[in-house]
Amino acid sequence: MQKFTMLNGLVAPLDRANVDTDAIIPKQFLKSIKRSGFGPNLFDEWRYLDHGEPGRDNSGRPLNPDFVLNQPRYKGAQILLARENFGCGSSREHAPWALGDYGFRAIIATSFADIFFNNCFKNGLLPIRLAAEQVDELFKAVAAHAGYKLAIDLEQQTISALDGKVYKFEVETFRKHCLLNGLDDIGLTLQHVDEIKSYEAMHRAAQPWL
Amino acid sequence: MKAKRNNMKAQTLYDKLWNAHVVRQEADGTALIYIDRHLVHEVTSPQAFEGLKLAGRKVWRTASILAVADHNVPTTARAQGIADPVSRLQVETLDSNCAEFGVNEFKMSDVRQGIVHVIGPEQGATLPGMTVVCGDSHTSTHGAFAALAFGIGTSEVEHVMATQCLLTKKTKAMQVLVNGTLGKGVTAKDIALAVIGKIGTAGGTGYAIEFAGTTIRGLSMEGRMTVCNMAIEAGARAGMIAADYTTINYLKGRPFAPQGELWDKAVAYWHTLHSDEGAQFDQVVKLDAAQIKPQVTWGTSPEMVVAVDGRVPDPATMSDAVKRQAAERALQYMGLAANTPIAEIRIDKVFIGSCTNSRIEDLRAAAVIAQGKHVAANVKLAMVVPGSGLVKRQAEQEGLDKIFIAAGFEWREPGCSMCLAMNDDKLSPGERCASTSNRNFEGRQGQGGRTHLVSPEMAAAAAISGHFVDVSKL
Ligand code: SF4
Repeated sequence: MQKFTMLNGLVAPLDRANVDTDAIIPKQFLKSIKRSGFGPNLFDEWRYLDHGEPGRDNSGRPLNPDFVLNQPRYKGAQILLARENFGCGSSREHAPWALGDYGFRAIIATSFADIFFNNCFKNGLLPIRLAAEQVDELFKAVAAHAGYKLAIDLEQQTISALDGKVYKFEVETFRKHCLLNGLDDIGLTLQHVDEIKSYEAMHRAAQPWL
Repeated sequence: MKAKRNNMKAQTLYDKLWNAHVVRQEADGTALIYIDRHLVHEVTSPQAFEGLKLAGRKVWRTASILAVADHNVPTTARAQGIADPVSRLQVETLDSNCAEFGVNEFKMSDVRQGIVHVIGPEQGATLPGMTVVCGDSHTSTHGAFAALAFGIGTSEVEHVMATQCLLTKKTKAMQVLVNGTLGKGVTAKDIALAVIGKIGTAGGTGYAIEFAGTTIRGLSMEGRMTVCNMAIEAGARAGMIAADYTTINYLKGRPFAPQGELWDKAVAYWHTLHSDEGAQFDQVVKLDAAQIKPQVTWGTSPEMVVAVDGRVPDPATMSDAVKRQAAERALQYMGLAANTPIAEIRIDKVFIGSCTNSRIEDLRAAAVIAQGKHVAANVKLAMVVPGSGLVKRQAEQEGLDKIFIAAGFEWREPGCSMCLAMNDDKLSPGERCASTSNRNFEGRQGQGGRTHLVSPEMAAAAAISGHFVDVSKL
């Protein structure tokens, strides 16, 4: 997994609540048996004016000029700013894959849906929860300044704005450790093989019908 | 010492299920929990199998896995296979991965094939006291059996395959108490939608929800599955209901359920799977069943829901700016004007199916409404998609297929179908659908399609009338 330590990145605002994973990556792209290549179809139905299908060349498709990510000022954005309940709905990990493939490394929102939140950490993508007023403040700042960037420091758990303002954020110790070091969960868990085996033996003895 | 004290404290069902599965725990509360049942489907598993192969890892316990293709499968002309080459490749990839890793799979031609959340319980592969995971958010369905069941991402699918464990943290516990008698035409689906309307789609985020109360106790297993299925729509990864005789009677004799002496042992344990008297929840939400009316969603989130005798709300009256904007956007997408009576909304298509409402009881309820009537002229397509081959067979034995066909419904092969429109069953832009599924997100049933979530009875009645009608008044 890709490590996450520091990021100084351009911020793109997506001012909607309840952005669901169907919107992040529509179902037709879930037919892929790969983990990569979803970036061009991130937010497909909002981003393009026509209907997208897997395997199609996306470069010639008509863009929706009203969709925020299509505005030139947000090109190359690495931080997505969003509202409450971001990533709700389907458990598809294709959603963080698509966000990562597009170039995002962090998402700042008022709240996240549980499964999506979890999936982000498995893919080197940092989801950050801030209070509604702070998110509001950031939306205003992004709108006011073209090229608005934020500096995220995972070790320190801070987000620094250009005006010197610093936002602290929470992250669970274990997840932080994995993200900072780019650790693979499976490898970590397999260090506990003996514990799993002894648990398993006990569990089967207690519930032999399983 | 600590364990002893815990034992003495009144425990919730969630506490019991959690405690029984913790393999180890980190200082920050992150735990390794053991997984008893792993359900697998074609969409969220190929990258997990590929990960195993790349790392040269094996499946820890193949017997814990049951695989089935459901999302991509066609609901017509099954014998000819899958026409779409991309869908076909995904299903074939599941077949070859299952063969390679020695995993039990119900193939498309198998009568036991169906929606993963329908076949697990139907086979008795979901049992009380189990931890059940699947790369699918509606895994919460299985909690109806007093199991700890939740959806996981593909990386976690790979993790469970390789280690039989999942890294997770215990969440808070919420109790949703529904007491009283449901009115005529009011169903488990209406309970679920009413709960979501009350607490919102993020109301359960960070919680495991236990549904309890006399109304829940009175539901069949089918109804309980409908309620737990929608827990994720309230933001809760897991929904659950205590085990009782309804649970045990449902499971008896099912292919994967224990038999003989083991059955008796299991039943004795299952009887302990309920929240103790006096157990503490982090939050309690109460609903009076008698106040719940048939529900219809009007927007693009399941929390945008009203009773069928109500009206489309007016965003102008909403004080919260984020909510108002969302409502305005939803009405625009849905092509609806504020204050329109729900009963005046005319529909183009009807979908009866999905892991929420495609079990035998759902089909029976819809058939009662459809019997001797005909689908309205303005309804272009009304389809019934059974949840599994076995549900389909049972329905046919009861003659339900004939009732539907005579009424102008299409009778299809089992699968997810128009719940998410990954196969050919989809809405065209602007089309309006009465659907028994669980998500009304933009484009969920086809790009530009407009979904109204309802119960099977409400969907059948809408098909017959061409617009929503209050089934409690029929
Ligand atoms: S029926 Fe719908 S919600 Fe259920 S598993 Fe299939 S796609 Fe998901």
